[in-house]
Amino acid sequence: MQPIVLALAGNPNAGKTTLFNALTGARQHVGNYPGVTVERKEGEYRGNGFSAVIVDLPGTYSLTAYSEEEVVARDFLALEKPAAVINIVDAANLERNLYLTCQLLELKLPIVVALNMMDVARDRGMTIDVDKLATLLGVPVVPIIARSGQGLDRLMQTVKKVVEQPAAASDPDKIRISYGDDIDRILLDMTSRIREQGLLADKYPPRWVALKVIENDETLLGEIEERAPELAAELKSEADRVNDHLVKTYDTYSEAVIADHRYGFIKGILKRGVITHRYDENRLYTSDRIDKVLTNRFAGPVIMLGVLYTIYYVTFSLSALPVSWVESFFNGLSGLLNSSLPDGALKSLLISGIINGVGGVLGFIPLIMLMFFCIAIIEDSGYLARVSFMMDRIFRIFGLHGSSVMAYIVSGGIAGGCAVPGVMATRTLRSPKERMATLLTVPFMNCGAKLPILALLIGAFFADHRSLYMFGFTLLSWVIALVAAKILRLTVLRGAPTPFVMELPPYRFPTFKGLAIHTWERTWQYIKKAGTVILAISILLWAMMTYPGLPPDQAARFDRERNRIVEQYRGEKKELQLKMLESRREAAALRASAAGRLGVALEKVTWLCGFKWRTNIALIGGFAAKEVVVSTLGTAYSMGQVDTGDPVSLSRRLARDPDWNPLVALSTLLFMVFYAPCFVTVVCIARESGSWKWAFFSIAYSTTIAFLLALMVYQGGRLLGF
Amino acid sequence: MTKKISLRRMKKNQKGVIVAVKVAGDLGRRIRDMGLVTGTEIIIQGRAPLNDPVALRIRGNTLTLRNNEADYIEVEVDEE
Repeated sequence: MQPIVLALAGNPNAGKTTLFNALTGARQHVGNYPGVTVERKEGEYRGNGFSAVIVDLPGTYSLTAYSEEEVVARDFLALEKPAAVINIVDAANLERNLYLTCQLLELKLPIVVALNMMDVARDRGMTIDVDKLATLLGVPVVPIIARSGQGLDRLMQTVKKVVEQPAAASDPDKIRISYGDDIDRILLDMTSRIREQGLLADKYPPRWVALKVIENDETLLGEIEERAPELAAELKSEADRVNDHLVKTYDTYSEAVIADHRYGFIKGILKRGVITHRYDENRLYTSDRIDKVLTNRFAGPVIMLGVLYTIYYVTFSLSALPVSWVESFFNGLSGLLNSSLPDGALKSLLISGIINGVGGVLGFIPLIMLMFFCIAIIEDSGYLARVSFMMDRIFRIFGLHGSSVMAYIVSGGIAGGCAVPGVMATRTLRSPKERMATLLTVPFMNCGAKLPILALLIGAFFADHRSLYMFGFTLLSWVIALVAAKILRLTVLRGAPTPFVMELPPYRFPTFKGLAIHTWERTWQYIKKAGTVILAISILLWAMMTYPGLPPDQAARFDRERNRIVEQYRGEKKELQLKMLESRREAAALRASAAGRLGVALEKVTWLCGFKWRTNIALIGGFAAKEVVVSTLGTAYSMGQVDTGDPVSLSRRLARDPDWNPLVALSTLLFMVFYAPCFVTVVCIARESGSWKWAFFSIAYSTTIAFLLALMVYQGGRLLGF
Repeated sequence: MTKKISLRRMKKNQKGVIVAVKVAGDLGRRIRDMGLVTGTEIIIQGRAPLNDPVALRIRGNTLTLRNNEADYIEVEVDEE
């Protein structure tokens, strides 16, 4: 038997997620709608003698085709025809919430209205006549408090009734909103023609189709054109005629008239004794008093910086301990395998390929969990909307959105972040183009893995101005990221800014259950979706740095040398000589590997920026993880194992090397900070943008920017005689 | 006496009634979807630290929009 499918629809901030969590508990499944990045959440409900699948539609204010979310919600309702729609409505914000209800009614769907936050409404001195509302809307209305679970049983019993006898329980035919003489007349005419031709009859009611044509809904017009091009042209010209008439006589548009009448209809219902206010509607509540401080001209930004810094601090310092557990576990495992397996390809694959790969994937988990936990708090409490409100003026200059700021901070806007959680933090952005521009530029920030290389080269060449250079690079990464975002928004992501109009919802205490579900869901997606790809690439990179290995004659020469040392030296001296030989052998093997050969070949281009093959290999290795640049550089300079955290010996070695000088160091640093993000970030970009095309684009464009910067500085410096 | 001004010109705590939203397309739709339609009473609640966006109170709730979006909204206010 097919399971009963229910849809959950409602405005953002109406408590939809809370209700969904309360109804389905942990029995949830998160996926994506095909072709878009909108999340599709479904969960299973069991209770009150029936079970059903509940699909949590994205929160929308309307069913026009304004955003991906609205199109997704609309398509779902039209195509999958749920047995009933639970429409959650914020009782304290009834008028605006009923706007969506009206549109659901016009789609002629069996609806049950869940009137949420009755407690808040009561506190605000509002009395709502629930029965009257139900009568006037023609659908059942059940008062609930989703946070405490009050009324949920009654809600689901009502839903069950509607599912079993839709005609008796819910009567969406009862209301017919009038849109004024001009529109009503052509609406009637168009409806009958659409009905005659059976246009889109499988999906929508004819009157709704006509209304959307008059509203100039491009998504739907496109659909009609495909099916019946002639009729589409006729309908369109009729709609245009009425619009022109309205513009001429009343200086307004059809869509405005329709919206006005819809709100007029709602006002009419509410005025008939459905709602009574005991206090002035606009009096200020606790939430507004909090806002007086939190969005204050002076205190607001200071507090915001404090909050953002706290998120940053919590994410990166509290995760340090669990990350170190993960690391020491995998180090222990490596050690165990190292001593129990014979030397050879298998051992190398297991230790350097697989364990490093799995460890790399798992090492990010504490970071991602903590960040999503913090974000869930500021998102669920309503503070994130205030951050957007305060930061929007600045970020808008660069074609971004106020809430982009968080992704930048987490990625390393305060030096030492990480682009992986940063890329995932862009999920809170609702505007698609702004989100994409943020997604593609956050990897420019100074993440924690770039710091060892900065420390190494600044320590070697600019030791006198260490903090100045460190600060300079942090500042520069902001500048480059924001300018790059602006350039992207003027080229590949061209387009008008997404309208900012948004709600500042009242502050609320997040529920622990909500936070936990939010955090776990997003973390699990990372493990499941990114994990496997990351492991595969990590093995690939290992193979590139290992194979084909030393040619036989060179290997034989190292073997002979080894035998000579074993015969000639004794004791400590022998150990030292053997160690030096091993380092030289590692360096030779690295040069002979695929990555090494590529590095040597790339010298033909990179000499323009002053990079020699050793640097090139290290930069190739940096694609695995930026901190690998330091250790690879160590191997390439035959230094054996270099401690990434304290590369003093390597630093001295570079300072003496004729291939290096301050200008080369500066150009290398610029390239290293801005070239392709590490592949974990790249995989996340692919996941978050919904396409590998963007991931490859990210690699290509950031490497180009890095190359141009390094080229300019190196060649410019040469000309100036450095 | 009343006069018509654009929402951008309104001052903090000033009251007014929307008389027209003169924009079609995505932005117009979004503005109207959020409840900013003709006949709606609004009060300016405040502005962001950099003077833009603006926050306004509508039917007991708070909405924000950018100044260049507020330009399209015409409001009737009391003459001072």
